[in-house]
Amino acid sequence: MSGHATKQIDSKTLWGGKISPFSASYGKLMMWFFLVSDALTFGGLLTAYGFTRHATESAWPIGEETFNSLPFLGHGFPLLYVALMTFILIVSSVTMVLAVEAGHRMDRKGVTKWMIATIIGGFFFLGSQAWEWSHFIHGSEFGKIELADGSQAVIHAEHFGEIENFTVTEAGHHHKVGEKITDDLMHQYQHAAAEGNIKDGVITLHDGSKATIAKKSNEGVELMIKSNGSKYAVGDKIEGENAVKMYEDVINSGEAGRVIYGANLQQNEYGPQQYAQFFFFITGFHGFHVFSGVMINIIILLMVLGGTLHKRGHYEMVEKTGLYWHFVDLVWVFVFTFFYLI
Amino acid sequence: MVRDDIYEYSLDAHHSEEEGRKIRKKILFVTVLLTVITTVEVMLGAFIKQDWGIYWTITKWFFIALTLVKAGYIVLTFMHLGDERKGLRAVILVPYFIFILYLIFILLWEGTSVHHIWTGA
Repeated sequence: MSGHATKQIDSKTLWGGKISPFSASYGKLMMWFFLVSDALTFGGLLTAYGFTRHATESAWPIGEETFNSLPFLGHGFPLLYVALMTFILIVSSVTMVLAVEAGHRMDRKGVTKWMIATIIGGFFFLGSQAWEWSHFIHGSEFGKIELADGSQAVIHAEHFGEIENFTVTEAGHHHKVGEKITDDLMHQYQHAAAEGNIKDGVITLHDGSKATIAKKSNEGVELMIKSNGSKYAVGDKIEGENAVKMYEDVINSGEAGRVIYGANLQQNEYGPQQYAQFFFFITGFHGFHVFSGVMINIIILLMVLGGTLHKRGHYEMVEKTGLYWHFVDLVWVFVFTFFYLI
Repeated sequence: MVRDDIYEYSLDAHHSEEEGRKIRKKILFVTVLLTVITTVEVMLGAFIKQDWGIYWTITKWFFIALTLVKAGYIVLTFMHLGDERKGLRAVILVPYFIFILYLIFILLWEGTSVHHIWTGA
């Protein structure tokens, strides 16, 4: 598409030092070399991910099971949200290449229009990633449990029985006996379960008061073993009434650390510890690239609006930032495949 | 001193309205292709389970192949590397592929043997 690639120059002139043998400007060449080094960084991260995954094998969570939610719509949509993010990034890559194309025709209006579209796409992607992180960190209603034999299980369930209220039976600093607590129930419930403050249907609240829990029963619970214990091994599944009861037993055990909700750098409910670490690092590093890409795009847009590039006689700056922006899209294509898809 | 060795390569990239139309047509084609591939990947991912043995293995390699197709179109068309000189293309792609293939090989090989040690197999 660019004219220079087809120009015939004999090799004596080419390598004689007067012109660039690659027929590319210094800036563009250096952008390419930077991208190669950046690609090696991402390549290193993804292969390290591959190493850990091969080392842990079946304990590793499956993308479509971990990422199956949509905003406002709940569960049961494997990978759709990530696919949407991919689509957003592809579209913003397309608007970027259209901006570059407009630049080659010295069409200032076109460049402005498509640059704005690209920036909007970038913000959409960043917003989606923020939601994804938040969802990943907060985790599910059920969490991951440690069974009596020491094995660990993640839970797939049809329905989490609603918590209706806590009725205080023993007064603490804030609550009086007989008081019915009706707000922030889920948060207090999960916190207490993780800390081992629920025993035989009685929850010990922050202020030291004790209360009975009125909760509907969970339905369609399925325990999937993710690490070996003395009785169950990785890959085992426990279903039916037994699974519901085993889950209840763990929640009501009164022992701290038997249930884990969500994810942080120390532990997560999805799989081995490294899983969340890789998630945060790889998608975070990529997200940071998107963020800086958006910022650079904004700077270039300002240069376009100010007429700086038009006066220069060419829009190569748009092309160079375009290279960076496409690279970000390129990395996401690989993250999508290796982190989410397989 | 007047320098005769400064050449503005950026100007070579300029093209006419008509060429632009052709280029935009190609961009549209690549857009549709990338979208279709992603849709196919998500549908296959939702449909074929990872414990299906050989079916999953085939799907997995299919995913990797599709990813490389997507990457190829992004690099060669969106990033215009396909339109650059052969030398530039080689300088960028060849060292990267040599290094990354080695890295993939060595890390996955090691990962598997670490797994065997951990599981005592």
